[in-house]
Amino acid sequence: MRMTQVSTFLENRPGRLLHLMNLLAEAKVNIIAHNIVDASDFGIVHMLVDQPQRALEVIRGAGMTASSTEVLQVTVPDEPGAFVERVLKPLAKAGVNIEYSYAYSSTCAGEARIVLKVNDLVAGERALQG
Amino acid sequence: MAMWNRERETMSRAALEALQLDLLRQQVANVYEKVPFYRQALRERGIRPEEIRSLDDLRRLPFTRKSDFRDNYPFGLLAVPRRELARIHASSGTTGKPTVVAYTKKDLDTWREVCARNLVAAGVSAEDTVQIAMGYGLFTGGLGWHYASEHIGATVVPMSSGNTKRQIMLIQDFETTVFCCTPSYAIYVAEQADEMGVDLRQTALRVGIHGAEPWSEQMRQEIAQRLGIDPIDTYGLSEVMGPGVSGECTQHCGLHINEDHFLVEIVDPGTGEPLPPGQCGELVITTLTKEALPVIRYRTGDITRLDFTPCACGRTLARMEKVSGRTDDMLIVRGVNVFPSQIEAVLLQVEGVQPHYLIIVDRERGAMDDLEIWVEVSEEVFSDDIGRLKALQRQAEYEMREMLGIQARVKLVEPHRIERSMGKAQRVIDRREVYKA
Repeated sequence: MRMTQVSTFLENRPGRLLHLMNLLAEAKVNIIAHNIVDASDFGIVHMLVDQPQRALEVIRGAGMTASSTEVLQVTVPDEPGAFVERVLKPLAKAGVNIEYSYAYSSTCAGEARIVLKVNDLVAGERALQG
Repeated sequence: MAMWNRERETMSRAALEALQLDLLRQQVANVYEKVPFYRQALRERGIRPEEIRSLDDLRRLPFTRKSDFRDNYPFGLLAVPRRELARIHASSGTTGKPTVVAYTKKDLDTWREVCARNLVAAGVSAEDTVQIAMGYGLFTGGLGWHYASEHIGATVVPMSSGNTKRQIMLIQDFETTVFCCTPSYAIYVAEQADEMGVDLRQTALRVGIHGAEPWSEQMRQEIAQRLGIDPIDTYGLSEVMGPGVSGECTQHCGLHINEDHFLVEIVDPGTGEPLPPGQCGELVITTLTKEALPVIRYRTGDITRLDFTPCACGRTLARMEKVSGRTDDMLIVRGVNVFPSQIEAVLLQVEGVQPHYLIIVDRERGAMDDLEIWVEVSEEVFSDDIGRLKALQRQAEYEMREMLGIQARVKLVEPHRIERSMGKAQRVIDRREVYKA
């Protein structure tokens, strides 16, 4: 399933993540999942939220840099080998590259959810459906 | 007191001014005839060369600015045919293209002569071993001091800049007595020597020939103490000649200007009007003897004042005070001239959008100048892929090195991180305090 991910640029210093999350909390935007990648002096926060458009408006309104990206979200059984068989093998076979990925817990027991940013969204989607 | 050219260095003011007027009149006639840029500038002011009858008439002549070098790039300001050039040097310009300067064989002789005077005034003689740690190449510092040192009969060690451990080794092994480098490099060398367990005060070093960047009196004391040398300040700029325009004698009471080659004025940086003797303002230089690239009233952008009283050393040449500031936003970082506009042009090229940036120059104790450039990450350049942002950062650093010849650290910051006052962003923070005594 395609989802809209919101990404923000943050300097790597105390209080910046707090500032970002506070903005979203005050705007009543719920964060479903997030991950942070960092390059020593700066980082990028990737977020799945319940209201992507609202999140973008709030972040930009505060003068920060944000962008939205289409990512894939897959649900797999919470068991050994599921990620390999259901996700990685089909993508590798289709020649789709994963740029980054993170997982989060599902509300249904026995399931795991994985977010994938791939270089080819359409091919990735097709590979995972197949 | 030893002098390289006693006759010229101790001339009476009257004799010097007569010589200057004679040379000025020849030079103005020369550029009027040979350089279209000057002919046009003089015509626009309705001045004919023969109307220059006194040194006071100098104020009627047009100024030359650094931008005129760019507009006439590369050879538009030459007063001789190309084949008469013996050498070409260059320094950084305000935008992409370098500032080109050229010399005839006679110009190189003049250059050697004026630098030789500075060396001798600094107490250097044929007995000395001069290690030159200024950059060789297009930069005028290295070769300028090189030929002058040879000229006075000293032994030259042409090390060029960098390679600090080896510099220290050769100072010891070759018993170097004179070390020629930028002031900040002298401190850096002291720091490295400490780390290597070498006490430079125990070596044969006794004189430091410094220049190419501003430095404070406090730095002079630190260099004197840590290297056990007499640090001498020298001044020059490639647009006019390179090193050799002026230099201190061992009295340390101002830099003696080689006035028989360089006619100097102090003007109000705002109005361009000449200021009375002793007042502080912008140094303006007219070359009296240069053949290849004569300049008329070149606006150096350097703030100083002149003292025409004879010096205790016996020289009658006017002395300029240590440069106390700039009229423009030019920075001198590790001896390299850097304009914010150049950095902006590189960032624009790398990012493809008008950047919001801040240049921070710092000089930590015992370290070389440090240049950090903050660039705000706008949505146009932002990517959710960290690899792309890192690549952008690296490319900007690479281009700074390639195009400007400077080592800078590019730091990506959040939008609005850089303070804006009155809608205009501050471009430069210089924490070095080099202009303070």
